[in-house]
Amino acid sequence: MKMMTIREAISNALREEMDRDDDVFIMGEEVGVWGGTYAVTRGFYDDYGERRVRDTPISEMAIVGAATGAAMNGLRPVAELMTINFAFVAMDAIVNHAAKVRYMFGGQFTVPLVIRTTTGGGRQLGATHSHSPEAIFAHFPGLYIACPSNAYDAYGMLKASIRDDNPVMFVEHSTLYQKRAEVPVDDPDFMLPIGKSNIAREGSDVTLVSYSKGVHIALEAAEQLEKDGVSAEVVDLRWLRPLDTDLFIESFKKTNRMVVVDEGYPMFGVASEITAQVMDHAFDWMDAPVKRVSAEDAPLPYSRELEQMALPDAEKVVKAVKEIVY
Amino acid sequence: MADLSKDTLLDMYRNMVVIRRLEEKSAELYQQGLIGGFLHLYIGQEATGVGAVWALGEDDHVITAYRDHGIAVSIGIEPKYILAEMMGKTTGVSKGKGGSMHLADKDKHFWGGYAIVGGHLPLATGLALRARYKDENFAVLCLMGDGSTNIGYFHESLNMSAVWDLPVVWMIENNQYGMGTAVDRASGETELVKRAVGYGMKEGPRVDGMDVLAVYDATKEALEYAKKNGPILMESLTYRFVGHSMGDPERYRTKEEVHEYQEGDPIRIFGDKLIGEHKVTQEQLDVFDREARDLINEAVEFATNSPNPEFDDLFVDIYS
Ligand SMILES: Cc1ncc(C[n+]2csc(CCOP(=O)(O)OP(=O)(O)O)c2C)c(N)n1
Ligand SMILES: [Mg+2]
Repeated sequence: MKMMTIREAISNALREEMDRDDDVFIMGEEVGVWGGTYAVTRGFYDDYGERRVRDTPISEMAIVGAATGAAMNGLRPVAELMTINFAFVAMDAIVNHAAKVRYMFGGQFTVPLVIRTTTGGGRQLGATHSHSPEAIFAHFPGLYIACPSNAYDAYGMLKASIRDDNPVMFVEHSTLYQKRAEVPVDDPDFMLPIGKSNIAREGSDVTLVSYSKGVHIALEAAEQLEKDGVSAEVVDLRWLRPLDTDLFIESFKKTNRMVVVDEGYPMFGVASEITAQVMDHAFDWMDAPVKRVSAEDAPLPYSRELEQMALPDAEKVVKAVKEIVY
Repeated sequence: MADLSKDTLLDMYRNMVVIRRLEEKSAELYQQGLIGGFLHLYIGQEATGVGAVWALGEDDHVITAYRDHGIAVSIGIEPKYILAEMMGKTTGVSKGKGGSMHLADKDKHFWGGYAIVGGHLPLATGLALRARYKDENFAVLCLMGDGSTNIGYFHESLNMSAVWDLPVVWMIENNQYGMGTAVDRASGETELVKRAVGYGMKEGPRVDGMDVLAVYDATKEALEYAKKNGPILMESLTYRFVGHSMGDPERYRTKEEVHEYQEGDPIRIFGDKLIGEHKVTQEQLDVFDREARDLINEAVEFATNSPNPEFDDLFVDIYS
């Protein structure tokens, strides 16, 4: 075990997988000479050269499309989209091609592709650069969506994603890169199973379900709630697809109350889906309506104060919990 | 000029006839409601598909758009597996999941037909990346319609292939229309190969797409070039004798125009050449035609008798 940031954990995972398998390579905008927009691949270009660390033109459609073609033809690309906001430009390549070529051709092709990208608001980047649209991608069968909240998970989930034969969108939160945790870097084969979520904190009165940055908000809320005598369990989904329904349903059957924390928009989002799953699988265990704490239903503004008001925070979560725990 | 044996020439002719008969039959099946979805026929363009695919070496690859039946036949997929796919049967090349627009055979290095205009272009870039990454000696032939030169995929994929010197032969099957829009109503520069200049890419020929041997020669040369140097953009000038897809009222062109092109039917041109220059008789060609009809009829029977997929198949092959 070694204490490190999410950035370092991801960087380590990438290096180990590249060292292990020559077919693993990196491509994307500014991944090479620049060292990665979020400095995740700093030093890679010098260490691995331009064959394996490939700077691309500003061509999101071709980054995802070419990475998909390379994966179909036996390579294992880790393609980087600088931020998830630019994934909209590559939507067709992701949704119609990476996710579907296997199915559409009767299983003839495999797509061992990882698309790494960053998500999230809170940095005053304005409406076009502050999206948290993971839910959109989780809509489509054929993709896996990874949303790690901490360094330990990021490390184990990325290694699993690279070794898996399916296309994975690996979504890193841009405000979490400096978060530290113990990471088992001494085990080169450490991996976290795809589609398994995690209890980040045990509790008995209410279940807080979240992922990525939302987990930290939920944990902060849980601390505050504890002072008020409310015991909150926090479920970290880790993956939006495959969605580990079992774990949060099990937790809900214990607490009978739930608040879902989600940085995406409230409509048609992750929180909506979790809520529907509870209706499907645990209606009889419900003691209060499931609550959603999402971003406000407005584009993200530039103003620092206004943007913070638009995003979920611990205070909003505590308030939502108090509405249903009585 | 192509240095092909008489037997090979006859096989190429046969190939063209099989495509034509397959297309006529699929139109019939479509009208009977036995084929559904969109159906885009290759009638008129056979010389392009056959010439281009026959130029491929053993290690080369091909990928195309939804007008893919001719490529599927040329690469060697038996018509029965093609028709079974069109009829949505489990015995189809894509197990009934793809339909007419999504034929593929990975073992034959045919990476499929794609229904999103331009969507397969970056896939070709990526397929070719392997050659440079692993220092392997192959090229990827990427066929596309004239219409696909105006979608962003074209720009991004060709540019990336040029930056990385990838062995791709980008071949535009210029059949003069994208659905109902003529090339000069869709492209500022109508000599489409000139786009190559903007990417610092080799500008290839505009070959007579009705002459199967001309297409063969030009493709062969382009593949060699691509393996050694990097991408090349070429055009095959052709024409589809039928509508864009089934039920196209064809308001965008005159019957006279179509008839004029039909005078230059690529199968007849090649047949005449075989008779004139290779001592083949009309009777021999007629035999090929009968054999092709028989082959297609047997294929229909095979497809008809094949099972439909079942509910559980819905969830097969979403993930590996
Ligand atoms: C991105 C996208 N836009 C629109 C369509 C609808 N569409 C299908 S075929 C076609 C025309 C394409 O023409 P061309 O590339 O010349 O190929 P051809 O049909 O002539 O073989 C259009 C517009 C599509 N399939 N994909
Ligand atoms: Mg066309």
